[in-house]
Amino acid sequence: MQKQAIFQSKLLPYALVAPQLAIVLIFFYWPALQAVIQSFLLQDAFGLSTSFVWFDNYIELFRDPAYFESILRTFFFSFAIAVSSLSVALLLAVMADKPLRGSTLYRTLLIWPYAVAPPVVGVLWIFMLHPSLGVISRYLRAAGIDWNPLLDGDQAASLIILAAAWKQISYNFLFFLAGLQAIPKSVLEAAAIDGARPMRRFWTVTFPLLSPTIFFLLVVNIVYAFFDTFGIIDTMTRGGPGKSTETLVYKVYSDGLLGGNLGSSAAQSVILMIMVIVLTGIQFRFVERKVTY
Amino acid sequence: MANVTLRNVRKTYPGGFEAIKGVDVDVGDGQFCVLVGPSGCGKSTLLRMVAGLETVTGGEIDIGGRIVNQIEPADRDIAMVFQNYALYPHMSVYNNMAYGLRNRGMAEAEIKTRVEEAARVLELSSMLERKPRQLSGGQRQRVAMGRAIVRQPKVFLFDEPLSNLDAKLRIAMRVEIRKLQRRLNTTSIYVTHDQLEAMTLADILVVMNGGQVEQIGNPLAIYEKPATTFVASFIGAPPMNLMSTRPEEIRSQLAGSNAADAGILGIRPEDFVITDQTPDGGVALPLTVEAIERVGAETFVYGSREQEEQRVAATPGELPPGEIIVRIPGTEAPAIGAKIRVAAVRQKLHLFSGDGRTRLEA
Repeated sequence: MQKQAIFQSKLLPYALVAPQLAIVLIFFYWPALQAVIQSFLLQDAFGLSTSFVWFDNYIELFRDPAYFESILRTFFFSFAIAVSSLSVALLLAVMADKPLRGSTLYRTLLIWPYAVAPPVVGVLWIFMLHPSLGVISRYLRAAGIDWNPLLDGDQAASLIILAAAWKQISYNFLFFLAGLQAIPKSVLEAAAIDGARPMRRFWTVTFPLLSPTIFFLLVVNIVYAFFDTFGIIDTMTRGGPGKSTETLVYKVYSDGLLGGNLGSSAAQSVILMIMVIVLTGIQFRFVERKVTY
Repeated sequence: MANVTLRNVRKTYPGGFEAIKGVDVDVGDGQFCVLVGPSGCGKSTLLRMVAGLETVTGGEIDIGGRIVNQIEPADRDIAMVFQNYALYPHMSVYNNMAYGLRNRGMAEAEIKTRVEEAARVLELSSMLERKPRQLSGGQRQRVAMGRAIVRQPKVFLFDEPLSNLDAKLRIAMRVEIRKLQRRLNTTSIYVTHDQLEAMTLADILVVMNGGQVEQIGNPLAIYEKPATTFVASFIGAPPMNLMSTRPEEIRSQLAGSNAADAGILGIRPEDFVITDQTPDGGVALPLTVEAIERVGAETFVYGSREQEEQRVAATPGELPPGEIIVRIPGTEAPAIGAKIRVAAVRQKLHLFSGDGRTRLEA
């Protein structure tokens, strides 16, 4: 077997990879490098002078209790979004896996929400749950619940979690369905003959056999909750009320673009970048192993 | 310990396809029943109906005096060995065997005794902590067997359990299964498409074709007196030679029997001898040798009849019409292209009606 491609010209292989390299360099390495440089700089309030301050931006960040609150909040959001979205998706996938009439139709319908852009998701849920416009809000208030996510931070947080988890259900559903279909039917039949009732069959056979899928989706969902919820937060709460829905990514945006503190914002970006690298590392390390059970 | 009785069992799929068209089988206590037939004949479906994995759309399935049509697989007191073994990949060998016992709430000490006993019998004792993926095909097969025997069920069901093994292992496991079943004396139903497995394992052989039973009986009795041309060509390897009785050459030789009604004549390859004599009341055929296969103990001679109208194809794709297989001792081998004459005695002739559905006594 020939392992190396052979080119007549020495330049051709470089020319062939150049477009890809250019894209990565211009759109990833350059901004990343800019962020790293920026994180060592401090601008005055009017943006007239810039000074090099070494790690001052980072030190200040780690002294700021608001930053730690944001970290905790982000972890909580990620956890809540991942768990709720994974469990609902698993439930739906288990039900859709049964041989029922029209299963192709509702499988397709369940996958559609994934095609909706995050800001649109935010708008959709706002229409339903806005304190004065929302359809559902009216019923909530009629039921005696003081529903006002514009003022109540906990309610705002639950709103974000709801919308973000909803959007991710489709993606998780797709993977769970594929995972369920990969489990040999005869193994479940053997378990049925072995006297395991459906619930027990699920927890002792199906669930363990799905564990590689679950772990993969857990990492993907955490990354999603960390970074891709920006659009949802921006359209629904803009980080408020107070700072109750300000996650790390949103804080980068609000400190840098709204607050004008570019140095701190850049430092936060660099920290986020390191987190992504760690998460991706975990994913490669554990998920890429073919057998995890 | 239980009898298994199928009474007019039917299976019709929602699309209208009739997979099982009314099957009656009675398997006595401790007997080993083999369902054999070509793929798609419904034998696996029938087994899965006994297991409770397929619904029964007509008739009754009776296990140990209890109609089980509406009873869950778990409550039928059966154990099944699947073609792909269906081991739980995330559980150790020990847990694979213990799973069914735990589900039934058995005490751990008792489970341990049973699993260890089964492991000893199946020579798996040193592998109890391994996962299925660390085992060879034969070992997995034994774990699947172990999972069935620890339960001490009324009935064992086997769905082509040996078809994923290589030829040598298949023969070894076949003997093992037979010995184990004899020792445990548990009623068993075994599905296979391999007629050799069927012949060697069965107390009762059920030959199926197209969702129906072609013949039920003792394997040797079926071999000696196949009820239809399908059974005649399916049981026995190489298959029985079947030919039309219409040509004058054969008709004249069969005169004086009720062969006048017969449309098809069958002669097993081993019942021919190469000879110039025509045995009294027997049949002799001139052949041109087309090919020979020498396998050591025996030689198969593939010859073509001189006259061009010939063998009735019972199952398509088995032999080109007009070809006759003769089995002779391994010491002999005629030359290719040689003209030979083969003959069979009257007692070894099988006569069937023209449609092949009825056996006629000569």
